[in-house]
Amino acid sequence: MALNLVVKVHPVVLFQIVDAFERRNADTHRVIGTLLGSQDKGVIEVTNCFCVPHKEHNDQVEAELSYASDVYDLNRRVNSSENIVGWWATGNEVTNHSSVIHEYYSRECNSPVHVTLDTSLQGARMGLKAYVSVNFGVPNGKQGCMFTPINVEVSCYDPEVFGLQLCQKTISSSRPRTVNPMLDFSQVEEAGGKMGVLLDQVLAYVEDVLANRVTPDNAVGRSLLDLVNSVPHMNNEQFSEMFNSNIKDLLMVISLSQLLKTQLQLNEKLTLLTSV
Amino acid sequence: MAARGTTRRIPEKDSTIACVQCDGLAVMKMVKHCHEESTSNMDVAQGALLGLVVDDCLEITNCFPFPKQQDESMDEDEYQLAMMRRLRRVNVDHFHVGWYQSADVGNFLSLPLLESQYHYQTSIEESVVVIYDTQKSSRGFLSLKAYRLTPQAIEMYKDGEFTPEALLKLKVGYENLFVEVPVTIKNSALTNIMMSELAELIPEEEGSKFLDLGTASVLEGQLRCLMDRVDELNQEAIKFNRYQQLVSRQQQDKHRYLQKRAQENASRVAKDEPPLPEEDITKLFRPHPVPPRLQPMLTAGQINTYSQHISQFCSQSLAKLFITQALQNAKEQNSSP
Repeated sequence: MALNLVVKVHPVVLFQIVDAFERRNADTHRVIGTLLGSQDKGVIEVTNCFCVPHKEHNDQVEAELSYASDVYDLNRRVNSSENIVGWWATGNEVTNHSSVIHEYYSRECNSPVHVTLDTSLQGARMGLKAYVSVNFGVPNGKQGCMFTPINVEVSCYDPEVFGLQLCQKTISSSRPRTVNPMLDFSQVEEAGGKMGVLLDQVLAYVEDVLANRVTPDNAVGRSLLDLVNSVPHMNNEQFSEMFNSNIKDLLMVISLSQLLKTQLQLNEKLTLLTSV
Repeated sequence: MAARGTTRRIPEKDSTIACVQCDGLAVMKMVKHCHEESTSNMDVAQGALLGLVVDDCLEITNCFPFPKQQDESMDEDEYQLAMMRRLRRVNVDHFHVGWYQSADVGNFLSLPLLESQYHYQTSIEESVVVIYDTQKSSRGFLSLKAYRLTPQAIEMYKDGEFTPEALLKLKVGYENLFVEVPVTIKNSALTNIMMSELAELIPEEEGSKFLDLGTASVLEGQLRCLMDRVDELNQEAIKFNRYQQLVSRQQQDKHRYLQKRAQENASRVAKDEPPLPEEDITKLFRPHPVPPRLQPMLTAGQINTYSQHISQFCSQSLAKLFITQALQNAKEQNSSP
């Protein structure tokens, strides 16, 4: 079993896990579920997940496996490329019960991955960890299995990043705040402001280096050079030419679309006024 | 559900939903599903929204996608029921409050959509349809809009006839078919914690597409769709004009016929002959069928949305261009001592 596996988790999965944890029954401390995704050459991409009801007693675990396979089938009808790649649990440690559940999942798929999301917030962080199970022991003797940690990363589709950025705006105040999907203008404004802040940081760093307050770092210097060189060199005439032609195009399109709107409204009013 | 029973009022004529509140989870799931559908094939992605109604605000807490083809063993209703039953086991709100659909460049206004929303709103009073604009969101502006049918639109659809007189009576135009409901996004505290963790794990460079200056390709696509719609509307207008011409010509013919009749009758009476029997006018001049006004109205609404989007896009590109101009001016100032 190659241990240079990497697990790439999509944000949807984490949202779902947190939501399932918040909606758990009052007497359960841990929630488990199935991970869906695809596996490709040592990279396991987890794109979806769902919660499976289960109960844990002292020495045994009951999980509704028929429920799990039902929901998996339902999901396959929507997205046939998602397979079972492992299972998830909340909490921050791997317990005895985990190995039992893991054994079930290893029947469902090849080398399942176990992901834990620490909702109990140990150490003031919500840790995200992934494990695979490795058999070890003496041949012809007692064999056991060990959960070895593997690297976990977060990867997203482009629109997911934007959705996430919008949702992240609810973080900043002390009580959960709501946010509206923003208008185009304000987003451009914000992005411009962000770029301004980044530029300030870069400038401050360069000033520090020049004044010998900070030791210069070659890698940073090289990337700064790349940055400066990537700005296209245009003298004033070229720039104003490009600028003006673009502005003219955009203004023309705006006036055309406004014209259309006015015409539609007129048409509407006229048809409502006259009757056949 | 008891709480919901006490806050539910007798359905009034004005819309009972003033705002829509979406959970981060539902938003992310919609984004993922619509994005996956748009990359694999160009069909629209549809799904159901689950949640609760709290006073006049519709809370969407979860969603699930619909399968595309209905030729499998289970049909659509069964799939929905099975899904909701399963979700209820894990304590997810299973009250079906609406549906969502992905739309390319925001072109969602069509007859099937109108029909589906009509059925939803008549069976579930508070339902909304959420439209996710795939193209706009891939450019960096997450676009989720919630719409409901106005009471007039429901009336009109119920009557089922779309003649100009009916529309005039109900005062329905393309502008008041749908009413947009503002959408807010809310996340619980635990989700906020999880997102702060995520923020560290995601590389910083992603999501910087806002300041992209390349506008030509997007504009081209939008203008092409707009031109198609305008062509359609033109066709409809030609049809209607032709109809009107036919009707006016028919009126003239009727008039002439009646006059001739009256003349003949007068001449016969003068000659003491019995007047000709009155014939049924309508049998002679069959009235032409009025072309339904629904399609042109939908097309007009579509064009309206397109032009709004285009103006928004252009104004935002203008802003970006002006930023570059400011930078260029600053560069000129600095380089010319």
